[in-house]
Formats: sequence, C-alpha cells, structure tokens
Amino acid sequence: MSKARATIYGWLLLGPAFVLLAAFTHWPAIATLYHSFHSTARRNRPSVYVGLDNYQGMIDDPVFWQALINNFWYAVGTIPVSVALALLMALWVNEKLAGRTWLRLAYFTPTVLPMIAVANIWLFFYTPDYGLFDQIRGLFGLRATNWLGEPGTVLGCLIVMTVWKEAGFFMIFYLAALQSMPPNLAEAAAIEGCGRWTFFRRVTFPLLMPTTLFVLVNAVIGAFRMVDHVVALTGGGPNNASMLLLVMIYDVAFRYWDVAYAATLTVVLLAILGSVALIQFVVLEKRIHYR
Amino acid sequence: MTVSKFGRRGFVAGGLALAGAAKLAAPALAQGQTRLNFFYPVAVGGPIAKLIDTMCADFERENPSIKVQPIYTGSYQDTIAKTLTALKSNDFPHFAILLSTDMFTLIDEDVIVPFDDSDQAWIKSFYPAFMENSQAEGKTWGIPFQRSTIVQYWNKELFKEAGLNPDVPPKTWADQIEIAQKLTKRDASGNTSQWGMQIPSSGFPYWLFQALTTQNDVRLMNPEGTRTFFDDPKVVEALQYWMDLSMKHKVHPTGIVEWGTTPRDFFERKVAIMWTTTGNLTNVKTNAKFDFGVGMMPFGRRGGSPTGGGNFYVFKKANAAERAAATAFAKFVTQPDRAAQWGIDTGYVAVTPAAFETQRMKDYVAGFPAAAVARDQLPLAWAELSTHDNQRVTKALNDGLQAGLTGAKPAQVAMAEAQREAQRLLRPFQR
Repeated sequence: MSKARATIYGWLLLGPAFVLLAAFTHWPAIATLYHSFHSTARRNRPSVYVGLDNYQGMIDDPVFWQALINNFWYAVGTIPVSVALALLMALWVNEKLAGRTWLRLAYFTPTVLPMIAVANIWLFFYTPDYGLFDQIRGLFGLRATNWLGEPGTVLGCLIVMTVWKEAGFFMIFYLAALQSMPPNLAEAAAIEGCGRWTFFRRVTFPLLMPTTLFVLVNAVIGAFRMVDHVVALTGGGPNNASMLLLVMIYDVAFRYWDVAYAATLTVVLLAILGSVALIQFVVLEKRIHYR
Repeated sequence: MTVSKFGRRGFVAGGLALAGAAKLAAPALAQGQTRLNFFYPVAVGGPIAKLIDTMCADFERENPSIKVQPIYTGSYQDTIAKTLTALKSNDFPHFAILLSTDMFTLIDEDVIVPFDDSDQAWIKSFYPAFMENSQAEGKTWGIPFQRSTIVQYWNKELFKEAGLNPDVPPKTWADQIEIAQKLTKRDASGNTSQWGMQIPSSGFPYWLFQALTTQNDVRLMNPEGTRTFFDDPKVVEALQYWMDLSMKHKVHPTGIVEWGTTPRDFFERKVAIMWTTTGNLTNVKTNAKFDFGVGMMPFGRRGGSPTGGGNFYVFKKANAAERAAATAFAKFVTQPDRAAQWGIDTGYVAVTPAAFETQRMKDYVAGFPAAAVARDQLPLAWAELSTHDNQRVTKALNDGLQAGLTGAKPAQVAMAEAQREAQRLLRPFQR
C-alpha cells in the first residue's frame, strides 16, 4: 500500500469517531467558552460581548463558592472510601467461598438500579422518625434526626448514599483485574514463604495500579457528574448546604435561563475536570506498572 | 403512577413521530384544519392525563375544525424548560399550562402574547385573586385553570385525645400556639412522638411562608414585579413566628420539613395539624384512616393565603388562527360546568364564582363541605410571589427562609440578605 493510500485509509478509519467527537464534545466546549464572554439575551437587550464580567459575577457569587466547597468535600468523602471499599469487596468475592455468585450479585445490585429509584429508596431511609435509620436508632433510645433537613448532616447523607451506589461498580473492575492475574504468582510467593499482607502489598496492589488509575479517573468524574440524587433528595437545600456545581449549572441554565452565566460555570467545571484528569495521567502514570 | 406516566410519554412521542410522518406524506389533509400542540404538566395525584385527554376530545367534537394534541411534559419545572426549548424549534407548543408565577419570565423571554380581551365578561368571570397573577402592563397574559391555595388539615381524633373540640381548628396565631402545645406529645427522655403542627419548608418554602406574611398583612412584591419587600419588619416578624414554633414553643419539627412526606406524616399521626395545598384534598380523603377537618388558616392581623397553580398561556409563535383556536379552548374548559367538574375530579379550586353556582358543584359541596373551604378563603387570598427573573428572586427568599429555619441566621439578617440579593437581581427591571 502506498503511503498516500495508507494516510487516506487511516483518516477514513478515524473519521466517524472524529466527526462525532468534534460535533458533540469539542464544538460545544468552544461554544460554551464563547458564550461565557457574552451577556444573556433578554427582551429588547440582545447578547453583547462583556469580557470577563460573567467571571467577575461568579467570583462575587457566594452560592458558587459554596457549591465548589461542597463539591470538594463531596469528592473527598466519596472517592477514597468507595475505591477502598470496592477493592476490599473484590478481594473478598474473589476468594473461593460458598454462594460467591450471589455475593457478587448483591454487591453489584446498587449499580444496576437507576439513580432516581435509589434516591427514592434512600429518601425513605432518611425520613425523620419513621424512616429506616431513625427506627433503628429508636431501638437504642436515640432521638429522631432530620437527616436531610439540617445543613450539618445533609452532605454526609449524600456521601454515604453515593459510596453505597458506586463501590459495587468499581468492584467489578477490580474483580476483572484480579481474575486475570496468573495464579503462579501466588504459588511462587507461597513457596518463598511470603505472608498474605506482603503478597498483597508487593504483588497484587502494584499489579492492580492500572485499574486503580482507571477507577480513580471515573470516581473523580462521577463526583462532579452524578447529581440525579441531589435533585431528587434535596434540590441543593437547605440553604445551599447540598448544592453541587452541576446542580447549580442546571438551575442557572434551565430555571433562571441565564445562558451566559451557566456557560461561565461550565467552563470552570471543564477546567477542573480537565486538570484533574491531566494530573492523574501524568503523575500516576509514572508509578504504574503495565504489562 | 410513575410507570403509567412514562408509558404515556413514550406513546405521545410515538404519536408525534407518526403525526410528523403523516404531515410529510399528505399535506393536503391538514388544510382547513387548525392543529394545536398543547403542553401540560401533572403536579398532583390522580388521573390528570386521562381527564385532559377527555377534555380535548370533547372540545374537538364541538369544534371539528380544530385538532388539539395534548402532550404531557412532566412537572411544572420540566414543562417550562421543555416549552422554552421547543419554542426555539419548528415543532413547538401553541399553548400550554405553566405556573401563574412564570408570567413575568415568559414576558421577558418574549414568547407569549396577551389574550384578546374583547370578551370582558369572560375575563371578569374569574376570582380577582387569581387574576392578580395573570395580568400585567394592563393586559391579560394568563387564564386561570388549575389553581390552588393553602388550607389547614387537622386530625380530629388527636384533637379529642388532647381534650380539644375536634370541630374547631386554631382561629388565631395565639390560638394556634396554645392548641399545638396541647397536641405535642413528648416522652420522659424528651423525644417527641407527636408534633402539634407542621408547615413544609423544602423545595418552595416561600409559598407556605407567604401564607404567614399574608396573615401578617404584608405584601412580598409590587404588582409590577419589579420590587420586593423581604426586609419589611412585618415579613421578619412572620419568619420569627415560624421559627418560634419549632425553636421556642417546640410544637413544630426542627430543620427543614419535607413537602412530599408531610401528608404521610399526617396519615401516620406524627403530626396533628398540617398546612398544605387544596390540591392534596383528594389524596387526604383517600388515605387518612381517621376523621379529619379542613379549614381556613388562622388569622394574624388578617386571614388568607397566597394562590398557586397554573394558567393557560398562548405563544407568540402561533399564527392568528392558532391563537384564536387556543383561546377558544381556554374559554371552553373554563365554562362554569366544566370548571366545576375539573375541580371535583382533581381537588383544584374551581376558577370562577359561577362554577360554584352550578348544580353539580352544589351537590358535591353538600356531600363534602371541605371542598368549599378554599372558596371561602379566596376573598382573603393574595397573589403568589411573582417578579421579573422570578425563579432567581424566589430562590433568594427560599435560601433566606431555610437559613432562618435551620438556625443558621437570625430572621432579621436572613431577610435583609434575601432582600439585598433580590434588589440586585431586579435593578435592571426598575428603569
């Protein structure tokens, strides 16, 4: 095949994916950036170029900062716990034990359920007084708590629910990685007289690093992207105590119809996610052992 | 309920696709006929979708030249989002039911046209309280249809247990505290097993709060929707009263009270008195396993409640024939007899005094007097909070209310901050 033909062939193969990505990812991202420098069109007031006005407004907006801080704690609260839990569950259900398939299924169930359905179930768990948690607490004589109605507890409630929902999903990836690990490693380690913990720390965990990177990237994206349950459970309240960045973007775009400000917030979200992904790929990549 | 909703949505989408295909295939068929797309939300329980379908079918029978395609579009929030998006395309609704409070937003988005007010008798046939949210700049932009108001529901059995007259609900604010105290039950360790009363504060606390401000004789905004009065001393006083119910008198649950579970708390006897919409009447009637009362809310400086619910709006993108057809539809369904039937079937307040004079409504009220409470409260009712940039201004107030109710800020500070934010948002509209 001549070089020119090979080039055409290559581009043809890339073409469909490239067109789709450009049309549905790159172009909207650029359009968002463009809109963030313009005002929102209103009756008798067409959209004009306003420079950094929208960004200035965002910096002055206390709700934006609160959403950002909430999102930070939400990420810190959900990512390490759900990833650690996923690894633990995967190691356990990878063992040879009776009813293992059922156990795996049980762990995976939360992932299969739609987020809105899950939120409705948890809404009952968190209901003050006759909700599941308060009924259990009532057995010990503890008083009823308004879990979703107090600013101090509401974010924690969302974190717990998200960990429950996400851990099973990440477990599947760890489980797949564990299953593809050759058994002769364990046999060799056993002959050398290596303990279980050392084997995990020196062999299993390093071999799982590519999976961990993948799971971490997904977990970070998830922490900023999954908001269905916030809308269903609290709508960001009380008084913005559970407001996350994406919920705020939805509100600004589709309740206030302030396209320009929504675009500005979206640019910030894009920047955050882009830089986190970049850091993960550049820094963690060095410490990852690919086969 | 949810399943049937989704099923219906799929059906409607399929129907739309078919209609589109038919239009392409045989454009001649459409001639001489006006086709209307009609977006509507479902905000209360009950077979609303079926009732709307029947209504459209009845209308088409009387007006064979008009075809109305009703399209269920989710909650009020979903419906306005879908409407404003669809109006940017070529397959758009010609009229819709949207919140009465979205009037200024729709005017500012420049998507609606005022109703032809040559038929003054029709425009004047509605309760004035409903028209407050439907008129601006001297024009009528919305026609009241599924409208509601707030009332109090009380559990007569719990009243009897507490040694109270089960037929007399609280009549004044002072009364209310006293009665609620008698209805609140605590065990030895201080746990509350039964609350005296509760006013929901999740989602849209401003609406329930407006009952308190109306009773405290203070308006939250001017009729032009360009100014708010959140920091008025009487508004602060109303919030303080609400906060005191839980923090000082301890007769009301603390923190944010969920709107959605409030009726259930009532059915479970966790609370003796609840404030909620008249739209819940049918729900309570079906699910309460005890004798309950429905009454006007207590008087502060005056009585009353805000109105709520949805209006018909006609969109600018519709042509003259389509606008006329949509107006004809609105006229058709607000006729006294139909308005009465709609009220009976759904629990919404019939929108005209004439509807309450119909035989079918008289018979219904005779058998179920609770249905007339909303009507009796209407003369005292005021318009629901509605301004330019409405959802944002409302959010400022909601945040302030929740800050007060969760104890994060004193009433005075919370309301002053809400006012400052509202003032900032409304400045462009005050010129």
